[in-house]
Amino acid sequence: MSGRIVHIASNTFREAVRDRVLYNLIAFALLLSGAAILVGEISIDIEKLVVINLGLTAVSLFGIVIAIFIGIGLVSKEIERRTLYTVLSRPVRRWEFIVGKFFGLAGTLLVNTFFMAIGVFAALLYVAHRFHMPDAWILVALYFIVLQFLIICALALLFSSFSSPLLSAVFAFSLFVIGSFAEDLRGFAGMAHGLSRWLATGAAYLVPNFSALNVISSVAHERPVAGPLILYNTAYALTYAAVALCGAVLIFEHRDLK
Amino acid sequence: MTASQRTTIVASLLLVGCMLASVVLLRRVDQMRTMATLDEVLYITSPKTLKRLSLGYEGLMADIYWTRAVQYFGRKHHQHSKHYDLLATLLEISTQLDPQLLVAYQFGATFLAPQPPNGAGMPEKAIQLIEYGIRNNPNDWHLYYELGFIYYTDKKDYAGALEAFERGSRVPDAHPFMKLLAAQMAQHAGELQTARMLWLTTYQTTQDKQIRANAIAHLRALQVDEDVTNLQRAVTQYGEKTGHLPPSFSAMVAAGVVSRIPVDPDGHAYKLMPDGRIEVRMPDDFPFIEKGLPPGYTPPQPKLPPSD
Repeated sequence: MSGRIVHIASNTFREAVRDRVLYNLIAFALLLSGAAILVGEISIDIEKLVVINLGLTAVSLFGIVIAIFIGIGLVSKEIERRTLYTVLSRPVRRWEFIVGKFFGLAGTLLVNTFFMAIGVFAALLYVAHRFHMPDAWILVALYFIVLQFLIICALALLFSSFSSPLLSAVFAFSLFVIGSFAEDLRGFAGMAHGLSRWLATGAAYLVPNFSALNVISSVAHERPVAGPLILYNTAYALTYAAVALCGAVLIFEHRDLK
Repeated sequence: MTASQRTTIVASLLLVGCMLASVVLLRRVDQMRTMATLDEVLYITSPKTLKRLSLGYEGLMADIYWTRAVQYFGRKHHQHSKHYDLLATLLEISTQLDPQLLVAYQFGATFLAPQPPNGAGMPEKAIQLIEYGIRNNPNDWHLYYELGFIYYTDKKDYAGALEAFERGSRVPDAHPFMKLLAAQMAQHAGELQTARMLWLTTYQTTQDKQIRANAIAHLRALQVDEDVTNLQRAVTQYGEKTGHLPPSFSAMVAAGVVSRIPVDPDGHAYKLMPDGRIEVRMPDDFPFIEKGLPPGYTPPQPKLPPSD
């Protein structure tokens, strides 16, 4: 069973590489090296801050765009090319296909983030000339960004399991935007009364909370991230991704592929 | 030459030609739309709206607005403008997006409070900005220093300055200077030495080139003001001693009222006028001086010396 999932995951990763997904690293490298050189000229006293903010924001946005645009095509493309039927005609269960695709996409994003992280630290070294202990918190911010990717990957797969690529992209991107406002939604729920309160509270817990996973500003100011937050964010992201993945499995399991 | 090669050459030439033409055209458009970029930026003036639009990436958004605030001030300053209407809003947006952006508070204190053309002439806005900074960073003594500085130099409110320095001196790890400044405010507010101490502290506690240059310009001006005051006193002493005005600085040295022919911080000798007044030889080089100016002198746009 695990062998089949690993096989599908590695194929998904290879396919992403063949689709030149990792070419985005070139754009990222150009952006960051340009910023590192220019930032000293235009930013006063905050070169390091700008490089961290820009670098981590770029890692996050590049990854989210990749997660959405690859994730939405993972199932539909296989159906369109009819390769899905070949895969499912072998002893591969539908849920294994979905889980394998998820790990393949997550692996692609992990590799992508690894190279981007090297870029961020290289740019940081260029502007600051040496690393300091608080710079280690950047790794935590990168880890939280990877957790965001896991949620987005699972959501893209969920939508991809029943919808067209275009609609899946709209749904996934909308959820990312709404998830960024999750705390506002919770604030609104706190102010509302009666049914509105229940609905707003329900919606606030239903959508993914991306704001809790965004500590870019905090680490840019060299502020530490609390250990329990790392723990709970990890558990939350994995749980939420599992929910979306289970939803994708359930829908795909009962989908008529004829 | 094959058709494919011909197409490649024509397309390449067109690409380069059109690219160059687009650059030339854009430059023409820019000339017609001066300040357009900042006008567009401030279509959204609400920090709360911008915070939401940033989708959680408010740190980068704050950096962008902070850079724009600096560019805005620099450009207006270069244009000899006396109006910096957007500076307060840009700084407010920057700091509300990133309340820990300390350099923005420092910049605000230095360039928002002073009267034009050296600043925006908005000391109340500067105080609001710093008080917001203190609420968000209560343990950063620099902010109390900036607050006291505004009260002292721009508001001439020595009681306000004293209170700010005292508040700052109680912050853990505050610079020992804060206690000294508070004491100085209580006893010697308004004196030249107190002003020098403040500008020196500003120079020593910032990495910002513009703020450092501004501090240097003020320190140079204080030196000139002090020199002129001392020389004017020496002229009076000479008059009391000889019964007439000194004809030259050499005569004053000979009379023992000054030890040597005095020079300004740039090494230029001061001018002794026939009516006994002391004047600075190159007043344009000392934008903040209050003494030694020729009668009816209109200061040009201040030129800040390089900080390095």
